[in-house]
Amino acid sequence: MAAHTSQSVAKAAGGDGEDSVAARGRSRRTDSAKRGGLGRALATHWYAWAMVAPVVLVLGVIIGWPLARGVYLSLTDANERNVGRTIGANHIEATYTFVGLDNYADVLADPVFLQRLVWTVVWTVLCVSITFTLGLALANMLNRDFRGRAAYRMALILPWAVPGFVSVFAWRFLFNRDSGILNKILDGGGISAIPWLDDPTWAKFSVVAVNVWLGVPFMMVALLGGLQSIPGELYEAAEMDGATSWQRFRHITLPGLRAVSMTVILLSTIWTFNMFPVIFLLTRGGPGDSTEILVTQAFREAFVASPRDFAGSATWGVLILALLMIFALVYRRSLRKQGEVW
Amino acid sequence: MRRGIAATALVATLALAATACGGDDKGGDETKAGGELSGTVTWWDTSNDAEKASFQKIAEAFTAKHPKVTVKYVNVPYGDAQNKVKNAFSSGSEAPDVIRADVGWVADFASLGYLDEVPAETAKKVDAEFLPQAAASGKYEGKTYAVPQVIDTLGLFYNKKMLADAGVQPPKTLEEVKTAAAAIKAKTGKAGLYLRGDDSYWFLPLIYGEGGDLVDAKNKTVTVDNPAGVKAFKTARDLVTSGAAITNATDGWTNMQTAFKSGEAAMMINGPWAVADTYAGDQFKDKANLGVAAVPAGSVKAGAPQGGHDLAVYAGSKNRAAAHAFVEYMTSQDVQVQSTKELSLLPTRAAAYEQPDVKSSEMVQFFKPAVDKAVERAWIPENGSLFEPLKVEYTKAITGASSPEDAAKSAGTEFRKILKGWK
Repeated sequence: MAAHTSQSVAKAAGGDGEDSVAARGRSRRTDSAKRGGLGRALATHWYAWAMVAPVVLVLGVIIGWPLARGVYLSLTDANERNVGRTIGANHIEATYTFVGLDNYADVLADPVFLQRLVWTVVWTVLCVSITFTLGLALANMLNRDFRGRAAYRMALILPWAVPGFVSVFAWRFLFNRDSGILNKILDGGGISAIPWLDDPTWAKFSVVAVNVWLGVPFMMVALLGGLQSIPGELYEAAEMDGATSWQRFRHITLPGLRAVSMTVILLSTIWTFNMFPVIFLLTRGGPGDSTEILVTQAFREAFVASPRDFAGSATWGVLILALLMIFALVYRRSLRKQGEVW
Repeated sequence: MRRGIAATALVATLALAATACGGDDKGGDETKAGGELSGTVTWWDTSNDAEKASFQKIAEAFTAKHPKVTVKYVNVPYGDAQNKVKNAFSSGSEAPDVIRADVGWVADFASLGYLDEVPAETAKKVDAEFLPQAAASGKYEGKTYAVPQVIDTLGLFYNKKMLADAGVQPPKTLEEVKTAAAAIKAKTGKAGLYLRGDDSYWFLPLIYGEGGDLVDAKNKTVTVDNPAGVKAFKTARDLVTSGAAITNATDGWTNMQTAFKSGEAAMMINGPWAVADTYAGDQFKDKANLGVAAVPAGSVKAGAPQGGHDLAVYAGSKNRAAAHAFVEYMTSQDVQVQSTKELSLLPTRAAAYEQPDVKSSEMVQFFKPAVDKAVERAWIPENGSLFEPLKVEYTKAITGASSPEDAAKSAGTEFRKILKGWK
């Protein structure tokens, strides 16, 4: 069995090579040339394709189909009232129609979209930069030998171990203006109560703080891993040359972490951009609509008003996806310019 | 390998059995062996923490009447219920058979085809025996889709002792609230009124007080942004800036109840559903300390919205006969009298008010006349949807994030997006 597999893999790997084609004789060669690249790839790599097929199928069903359906819905006027369904004795025919790009025109013309986009970008940049800075600082502090290192690490990873909604609800209690512990402490210090979640600016501060608190452990662990892969000799050599600790950080640590940090920044940006639970559970987008980001707005479009506007929220979803794809492309291009292979 | 075959066979058998069950859904549970109801009725109840134990007990007692029916009681917090119910109804999986729906949701759910019409016999009884304004809330396009369970309206709850200490009478107008609050602040250092800032239902007495309303359903006109509406947003802001009222933009329910129960605020605007929880507070160990008055009037009149809850059956329920029987039981006179006695909730059956337990309830004595005068809302499908955009603007206005004029204007714009074609 094992031998068979390895042989097939070898064939699959080297299948395109001239020698393997030559071995099969001339007639087959012209045949496969006629069938073109795809046909030939299918014929020579059939085993690999067979292995990959289930994954492709599953991804197609759970991601591709809903995605395609979402894009289609965004081009219609579908809502809860006009999609077809049967509930018990009530049978309702589907009556929604294709409306082209009308939904996109509506959303983009609405000043709400721009407002949400601006705050979403501010929120993402703030969260990612603060989280990254804190994570880097903590990782550096933990990347040396000292007593109780394991205990510190455990404590710092804790926020990650707690389910997100539990942490967010806990924070909501802490932030409560009348009975929250934060204001009780401030009160004890003679400072008047802060309307954490009741004032637009403080609410923005609060959601960022909670998201940073939740995000730091991941950054820290990832960067700690990166730090440990930097050879200690580099630091020793730099020390011999009389480099200050800042110079060592600037010229050894940061370049050494580049690959890791670029990845975690990309991931973190995408996560934060779409960080639904923190905003929704902490402030519900409020007070008013001041902390609403694009995804929570999409949720509002889909699930708050009745009848639920499926087309409208699909439009928001597609726009969010498009924004993230553009971001990822630009990011990748800028990395490639800096010589990263990605 | 043998085990594998056995397992496959088992799965196949189960699948067959399942399809067989699915095949005769129409008959299934509904077939009455000798007229007896059987099966499971799942009820999603939205009553609050202080009320739920009582309702669970009442609901499960249904089994005493119909031993073959099992009642599955599920408490769904009111705040999330509308969404949860819609998710369950539209997907059909795990959907409840019976729901307790806010009066504002019935027309919406019915218009989407989610509700099963009430049997003709019961519908007749609803028309004949229930309070007419309660019965109206269960109807959509002339058909009855829900049976009213409780009715309510808002009133001004006050702490008798705190008001007496400050030497003020229960205020009748918002102007009087301000003077009373100043006296209370001077005397006790506590706040006068807690005005809930995170739920637009609490905005309704303010807009009715100025002679306005959210919409005029008869003329298909949005009225929230007319001068009366603007005045109402101004009043809300003014109550807070003048120091007469305290408020919150989050966790309003908990904060309001905590402030009132512990004596941090001397008054609040609330409904009968808050009574059971309020009695649990330190300040109301002596129940007589709780006073209720009509909501304070604005510059035009005093007006509170008519609210309440109806029970409705899911159109896709597999056990509709038992579900309807359960609804009838839950809205029967005996059950209504019991929930009045235990929770001070107002019955929807006219005759229930003749019962001694109901007659003697102080809360009923206050709230019944209030309910009779309460402003009936437009029972349109969009009713429930108006509250979310209104909440955003109300919160913005009350916290000063936007001006009363802007708040009223944006609320009007949002309303017209929901009510397509309205003026």
